[in-house]
Amino acid sequence: MQSPDSRTRARISTKSVTFPTLFPAKAQHRTALSMDSSTPILSIQDLHKSFDQTPILKGVSFSIEEGDLVSVIGPSGCGKSTMLRCINGLETLDSGVISAVGARISRMPGAKLDADFEKNAHILRQRVGMVFQQFNLFPHRTLLQNTMMAPIIVHGVPREDAEKTGRALLDKVGLGAHAERYPANLSGGQQQRAAIARALAMQPKVMLYDEPTSALDPELVDEVLHVMKALDAEGMTQIVVTHEMRFARDASDYIIYMEGGHIVEISDEDEIFENPKDERTRRFLRRFI
Amino acid sequence: MKKITLLLFLALALIFSSFAQADTKTLRWAAATDSNAPYAFYGPGNKLTGFEYEVIQAVAREMGREPVFVPNDWDGLIPGLGRGLYDCVICGIEITPDKAQEVLFSNPYYVTYEQLVVKKGTPPVTSLDQLEGKNIGTLSQTASFNMLSKTPGVVVKTYDEEVNAYADVANGRLFGVLLDYPIAKYYAFANPNLKFTGPPFGQVTYGIALSKTNSALATEMNAALARVVASGEMRDILSRWGLWTAMVADTFGQPEEPSLPDTEYMAFVAATAEQPTLLNRIIGYARFWPLLLEASLLTIEVSLLGMVGAVLLGFTLAIMRVYGPFPARWLATLYIELIRGTPLLIQLLILFYGLPNIGIKLEPFVAGVLGLALNYAAYEAENYRAGLLAIPKGQMEAARALGMTQRQGLFHVVIPQSFRLVLPPVTNDFISLLKDSSLVSMVTLVDLTGAYKQIATQTFDYFGAGLLVAAFYLLIGLPFVRLARYTEQRLNPAANSHGAKGGRFQFRLGKS
Repeated sequence: MQSPDSRTRARISTKSVTFPTLFPAKAQHRTALSMDSSTPILSIQDLHKSFDQTPILKGVSFSIEEGDLVSVIGPSGCGKSTMLRCINGLETLDSGVISAVGARISRMPGAKLDADFEKNAHILRQRVGMVFQQFNLFPHRTLLQNTMMAPIIVHGVPREDAEKTGRALLDKVGLGAHAERYPANLSGGQQQRAAIARALAMQPKVMLYDEPTSALDPELVDEVLHVMKALDAEGMTQIVVTHEMRFARDASDYIIYMEGGHIVEISDEDEIFENPKDERTRRFLRRFI
Repeated sequence: MKKITLLLFLALALIFSSFAQADTKTLRWAAATDSNAPYAFYGPGNKLTGFEYEVIQAVAREMGREPVFVPNDWDGLIPGLGRGLYDCVICGIEITPDKAQEVLFSNPYYVTYEQLVVKKGTPPVTSLDQLEGKNIGTLSQTASFNMLSKTPGVVVKTYDEEVNAYADVANGRLFGVLLDYPIAKYYAFANPNLKFTGPPFGQVTYGIALSKTNSALATEMNAALARVVASGEMRDILSRWGLWTAMVADTFGQPEEPSLPDTEYMAFVAATAEQPTLLNRIIGYARFWPLLLEASLLTIEVSLLGMVGAVLLGFTLAIMRVYGPFPARWLATLYIELIRGTPLLIQLLILFYGLPNIGIKLEPFVAGVLGLALNYAAYEAENYRAGLLAIPKGQMEAARALGMTQRQGLFHVVIPQSFRLVLPPVTNDFISLLKDSSLVSMVTLVDLTGAYKQIATQTFDYFGAGLLVAAFYLLIGLPFVRLARYTEQRLNPAANSHGAKGGRFQFRLGKS
């Protein structure tokens, strides 16, 4: 499909990142890292996945480097959400290799599912955060408790530490004042920001977003995107499956265009919008511009 | 989880079953709790009395043993003997070849016949053949039932209570009632609407039933019985109860006339003849308060423990069924279908009377609790399963995406949410369990229903006693309904916080 060269494109500096950096120290650290690092933080090789004999992913490969913000776009049913769920080990693979932040899940074509698959997927999930379209906050817990649960249960973090981290993260996404409230009493935008804080509490190295703004009223979309842009400024590696073309264009380092279970094009965001290489990409984007 | 629950039950069962050993210095005797005058029955002041009661006291004394009364249900008397719940049964049990196959009988302590009772003004009946085509009432498992069944053309109607049978003769539903003479004497003789007719039918011999394996005790008992008869004490007892008949005198080879006036019989007739006013009746019930309170306590204990067991096991079954691997899922489904498809009463009887056949003897209390728990677990499992399935899939996904294992996700995310969801159906089930606990009276426990039987047989007021006991069930159930409603509200997250802003994703499980 895509040659690995496509990710060794020059980084474009015309990005309009004007959001205040929340952790300036980290931002500097990121610059240092991305200059040194040559191995990708996440790579996917020849990923195949089908549901009930219907192939959804037909050999997807790409890799991204630390600090990248990648938008995945494409028509409904193109497999972009499934790909994201595979990256997080929420779905099993038919075949392929996914490695991210030192964890690796794989399956040979036609082979039985490895006995270690779930174990490795479990490690993977601890290092890769995920945000869902429907937020999926735990309704029986306050926002603070939502952020504290996983660190306490999974990592055995002391309660006081988990609370401190939780409060800091809620502050960071602008919900410090709502820490003691229950999800049902918050707007969709607030809930999605809380979901991001909850994922961040596990200190993931990569964040995945599955259409994070699709369930939101239009006026609430920006507050969520704002948080993601701020995270990008701090050096978080992020993959966003989205229909927000403006966000994809403004905030992404580059864009992956998928269709029919394949990656059709991986391009710089300006390039793909202004001069798509592939006819299919052009057709898809025409509807948005 | 499953293992722990199972072990807990086994441990409980073992502890309780070890109590069932009989002391050598006692004579543990059983009679039906709802049996009536003049046998062994609860008389005024809720004290045990009756001619059989006096006979067994005298026999035990002659044996040098302390008599200990073990109440049981009529249908469970013989099975209970086999289980070793007690040493002997004295309850108007007729010595027949059939029964002699199952138990060992002492020598007879009373001999009598079947007495036909018809409505006043009915032409005399001299032979059972004349009953062809007529409705005749009797009690089940009695000599007269066998006699009637062998008479062609008789329509036999069986009753649980002789009072009801005689009442149906008076009101015309039955042509007559054929029952042992003592019953006829106590329940029909004094009734101005009824009359005795015909000759003595057949001969019925009462014996004390013992376990087949206990011939030493039988020998000991027969010697004691012989002394009670020879000393004239038997004649005294039967005379006072108005039961010293020519047939009895002939059998024991003693004079035909009674040795004492029939004071006990007269007292009984006097007590039942007076028609109490409603107020007196209510005041009369006051003496049953201790019994009712004790019985309520037992009902509450059995129900609560049964529910705890049902919740634990039901929960395990639900998890097995929803999240378990194939064999666990299959097993849980099998269990649920099996239990739901069979009556609780049968399950209880199997637990209590059936299991001893394979060497597991359960105390009545344990059997009662276990029976309710095992039965209701099946219903609870289905409640929890519905609760678990009602939690959106995204919840488990979010938990797993955060690095939790499926198990952690279950216990910290899914189950706490489904808990509140299943509270209303579980409360409903508890209320019906409370009522179904009435079936434990079948395994010798005197719960509220057992108390009802006792009160009703003493007062002959089935209506009043029924209302009274029903009110007790209601009173016990109410606080639990309130409690459940309170908990449900407390657990509602939206109600905990103020001012819902109406986010897009509402917690849809909330009810209030």
